[in-house]
Amino acid sequence: MSTDPIFSSVSSVARIEPPSPWPSIGWRELWEYRELLYFLTWRDIKVRYKQTVLGAIWAVIQPLFMMVVFSLFFGRLAGVPSDGVPYPVFTFCALLPWQLFAHSLAESSNSLVGNQNLITKVYFPRLVVPISAVLGGLIDFAIAFVILLVMMFLYGVVPGWQIVAVPGLVLLAVMTALAVGLWLSALNVQYRDVRHTINFLVQVWLFATPVAYPSSIVPAKWRALYALNPMVGVVDGFRWALLGKPESPGLPLLVSVIVVCMLLTGGLYYFRRLEQQFADIV
Amino acid sequence: MSDLAIRCEGLSKRYRIGTSRESYKTLRDVIAGAVATPFRRSNRNGNSNDGHIWALDDVSFEIKHGELVGIIGRNGAGKSTLLKILSRITKPTRGRADIHGRVGSLLEVGTGFHGELTGRENIFLNGAILGMRKAEIERKFDEIVSFAEVEKFLDTPVKRYSSGMYVRLAFGVAAHLETEVLLVDEVLAVGDAQFQKKCFAKMREIGNQGRTILFVSHNMSAVRNICKQAVIIEKGAVVAQGEINETVDRYLSHLNSSQSNEAVETNTFSISSVQVGSAAGPVIKTFDPVEVRVRFVPKTEIRDPGLYVSFLTLDSRRLTGLDLKDFITTAPLPAGQVAELGFTIESLPLLPGAYQLEIHLKDMARHLVEIIPRTFEFEVAETDVYGGRKLDRWFGNIGLRARALDMSRKSAKAQR
Repeated sequence: MSTDPIFSSVSSVARIEPPSPWPSIGWRELWEYRELLYFLTWRDIKVRYKQTVLGAIWAVIQPLFMMVVFSLFFGRLAGVPSDGVPYPVFTFCALLPWQLFAHSLAESSNSLVGNQNLITKVYFPRLVVPISAVLGGLIDFAIAFVILLVMMFLYGVVPGWQIVAVPGLVLLAVMTALAVGLWLSALNVQYRDVRHTINFLVQVWLFATPVAYPSSIVPAKWRALYALNPMVGVVDGFRWALLGKPESPGLPLLVSVIVVCMLLTGGLYYFRRLEQQFADIV
Repeated sequence: MSDLAIRCEGLSKRYRIGTSRESYKTLRDVIAGAVATPFRRSNRNGNSNDGHIWALDDVSFEIKHGELVGIIGRNGAGKSTLLKILSRITKPTRGRADIHGRVGSLLEVGTGFHGELTGRENIFLNGAILGMRKAEIERKFDEIVSFAEVEKFLDTPVKRYSSGMYVRLAFGVAAHLETEVLLVDEVLAVGDAQFQKKCFAKMREIGNQGRTILFVSHNMSAVRNICKQAVIIEKGAVVAQGEINETVDRYLSHLNSSQSNEAVETNTFSISSVQVGSAAGPVIKTFDPVEVRVRFVPKTEIRDPGLYVSFLTLDSRRLTGLDLKDFITTAPLPAGQVAELGFTIESLPLLPGAYQLEIHLKDMARHLVEIIPRTFEFEVAETDVYGGRKLDRWFGNIGLRARALDMSRKSAKAQR
């Protein structure tokens, strides 16, 4: 069938009914709105560095600055071990997925409230909003990743075949952010308390993730609990894939994937359920 | 395919009012609410006392494909709620609706416009938000740009646009949304006269393509100009549906009937009623034949009766007046009997709006003039006088039957 908009879907019937306690996820509709997803992501990226002098350089400054601070205080002064890799590379390699996650989480959690003018004026699958907020972080990540490659070259760190795992790990980081972001964005519509907890949450989460230190310093008896944090698997995975750390983070990674799948499924249903009231309470 | 475009069955929407109407809740409110609920249970059956209000209550109607329907009602009658439910922005509390075909809704001009983005970028963004495909926007792009008349500013951020340009661009995108069903909320109340006219023309064009439009507006002239049918909503319920002019007239006359014209006493006269009515229908429209009738009982005999009627604006500016003695000499009126004097006006040249009548009753034999100590309001219904746009104060009060001189045709002839 042609894409002629008038006749493409004449036979379709939209049924409008009271809120359902168990709505479906609506994958098909989400797919139909993929272009909106693209445009909203594109808007966020485009607008982010408008009217800034440094523009996209900001995407690099933040992790670089964090790296300097961490290298100075943890690497130099506290003497935190770094698995035999130069500490700056060691921490920068972890900061990238971390920043991607932290940025995406904050953006998606505030996305519905930030787009309330859309939500109260036009219909589209609301899932588009937090998803596009999460995707927007990928560009910054890509820019910073180039810097990481340069640094690795300068420090003489050569990645092995494991580098092919990076896209999968990026996906896992994004999914983690989305899973948590779905819960928080929906909650944020009703309880603006969420907005105030996000910064706090991200800070605590940073210390619960092996960004400034190797996960090997975590005592064995806490490892199981520690692995429940999906970002542990992501960050360990990054170091394994890029810095050639010997042991593969198979088990923590598997736990991460399971935890994220559970969080994501729950988040999707929770979101879809609350979504039906967004326009009334936002 | 059925020929029904929209079918609503018992649509109802309940909103919470009072404390929970704040734009958002905090956890503390929820905790406080949980503590308070046990004490609130007692008055659950009350319709509005339990902190809820039915914005829509059991609304049912059907609209066929290709119909242009105006949704009319006072502020807070539930028009916008209905539109929001049909647009799927919010869900009904009860009831259901079926909409056949793709739905586009314009509840606001320029939803999702971003000031930092250029006109070109906003066309794509706004189009996507309204549900257009990228290919569709690309196909319509030139049409949108020329409709909005912003060719020169396509690559300027819209935050630098004048408000007129901004609105034109926003409406331009929306007007090219090609859905079978279009839900429109008063977005036409913006822009200059020429652009409004263009918008009306576009809406009618959309209607002529066999698409269905639901148009919510306070502007009766626009509704009459665009729509062929009307649905009247009052207090959340549909009270009438029918042909546009008849239904709008009924609605307006109903609005006016609330004004009481109770009896007024002066020294010499007891006025029982002052009526202003159109011979053409239930409401008075510009250029309608109109009758003014003053019924009264003289307390003493009036040998040479006189009547002066003056048309005033609501702020008591005198527009024009009529004196009966310029038309006829009236026979004496005996005391204590009902008498009626008045005028028929062939064509009332007043623009839509509210006016008042000032009335003087006289006995010229005694040089007696009594000014009735109150005025009588009447309303000229909003109609399509000059092409359907809302006439603001710049138009004054007097309607002129006019046509433009068509200079362009003349000059074209001259050139040949």
